[in-house]
Amino acid sequence: MGIGGGSDMYRQQILDHYKNPRNYGELEDPDISHTGENPSCGDTITLDIALADDGETIERAVFSGDGCAISQASASMLSQELHGTTLSELEAMGREDITEMLGVDISPMRIKCAVLARQVAQDGAKLKDGDITDLDVTQVE
Amino acid sequence: MATLREDFPVLDRQVGGDVTTPGPDDADDTPLVYLDNAATSHTPEPVVEAIADFYRTYNANVHRGIHHLSQEASVAYEEAHDRVAEFIGAAGREEVIFTKNTTESENLVAYAWGLSELGPGDNVVMSQMEHHASLVTWQQICKKTGAEARYVRLTDGGHLDMDHAAELIDDDTQMVSTLHVSNTLGTVNPVEELTQMAHEHDAFSFVDGAQAVPHMPVDVKEIDCDFYAFSGHKMCGPTGIGVLYGKQAVLEEMQPYLYGGEMIRSVTFEESDWEELPWKFEAGTPVIAQGVGLHAAVDYIDEIGIERIHDHGSSLAAYAYDRLTEHDDVTVYGPPGDDRASLVAFNVDGVHAHDLSSIVNDYGVAIRAGDHCTQPLHDELGAAASARASFYLYNTRDEVDALVDAVDEARQLFA
Repeated sequence: MGIGGGSDMYRQQILDHYKNPRNYGELEDPDISHTGENPSCGDTITLDIALADDGETIERAVFSGDGCAISQASASMLSQELHGTTLSELEAMGREDITEMLGVDISPMRIKCAVLARQVAQDGAKLKDGDITDLDVTQVE
Repeated sequence: MATLREDFPVLDRQVGGDVTTPGPDDADDTPLVYLDNAATSHTPEPVVEAIADFYRTYNANVHRGIHHLSQEASVAYEEAHDRVAEFIGAAGREEVIFTKNTTESENLVAYAWGLSELGPGDNVVMSQMEHHASLVTWQQICKKTGAEARYVRLTDGGHLDMDHAAELIDDDTQMVSTLHVSNTLGTVNPVEELTQMAHEHDAFSFVDGAQAVPHMPVDVKEIDCDFYAFSGHKMCGPTGIGVLYGKQAVLEEMQPYLYGGEMIRSVTFEESDWEELPWKFEAGTPVIAQGVGLHAAVDYIDEIGIERIHDHGSSLAAYAYDRLTEHDDVTVYGPPGDDRASLVAFNVDGVHAHDLSSIVNDYGVAIRAGDHCTQPLHDELGAAASARASFYLYNTRDEVDALVDAVDEARQLFA
């Protein structure tokens, strides 16, 4: 089928992460904890991050949330991907990195579902550093 | 109805290719099954032709030229008002205002009437199934004026709780604004009764008929409402045109919503006075081509017969209801199959509505997924989103089957 069609978008990997999310839950004392939502879909993601002693390397990323397969699978995969990366590497992550991570073409209308977890992680890191201060919940439109 | 499909060339399209450039391309390989008619209907050839004919042969601005083309365009534009008036049982063109869409019709009344008439102690009664067009508009006007927004509860069966309506509508009620047909539940509301309740308390009645006029006979004089609104593009007409019906006596009393050209009789540096109805409410160059198109759309619907369109849509909705609920994991919102307008909003356990919509799209099936501009209703239903299939005069049972098969594919994928 064509670009962005269901069978492309819902390859086994996506469905597997949706049905069996990795790193699902909450951290007791996270260095970073931030929530985001996709108001038009009702997708929500909360991401908790624990940093190594260097204050820069991500030791563990854990998420919880609710929503469509694309948003939840993306969060699950990102939680794995973030393990061992640095906050500056996280900041540099673009949309292409997410679609590459997902390994599928995401249709234009669904890209906001795919990038929600990344946005939550990046905003969470910025809030920790004080780069932004007045953000309660990240909203992806 | 099958032969009518020939009037809609888009229905022969294949889809599935590149969506970033509009129109068919070589990668399109799946026949389209269009079931998103509550969002917008397709446009039959006679309507496309009427609009093209306007632009090709008598395009001109209206009411201000005495040259030949302007007179032709003016006549056509005014006759479009007459035709719409006739179609909905209004007294004449004075009661038919062309707007941009239903939402603008709501805003026109909210601003032109509500802003000056509402105040602390007053209330506006709506329902929990309201579309954002009405809900957000009156909610915000209430905030500006200090009036209270009230919402009639729903019964478990997806109807308005009329006992609750009777409680909410009181002597402080200034406006009762409700949907005629719910775009999410498919419920057909008793708007005559609600209007009567409003009038018993000297309140006005506004009916949002965006999902009604395309699908069922509507007579505004029988309903006796003070205002009635709908959109052209959901009834075989073009986008960019909506209608506000208002009782002439009520419209006469209202001040304009938009100021500018077209709507004035005389202007000095100090003062202006207004054109007669309906032009008083149509400031600036109006929706001329769209008016011509809407006229043709009404002709098209009338030729088929609105009763016939209604029966066809209801029977498809009932069939879809029955087929979808063959599976226990499907929730269809709203009244049962034989008691609903031509749409079904539903969820499949374990499959988010957006995933469902993406997957059925892969089989060429176009449905809507989201909150359908009824977020508060979805909160009440306990669902962040739902999928919605909505039918029109050109849809077939085979297309409902295609939807059901595609939903089955999604179910298996997520099992």
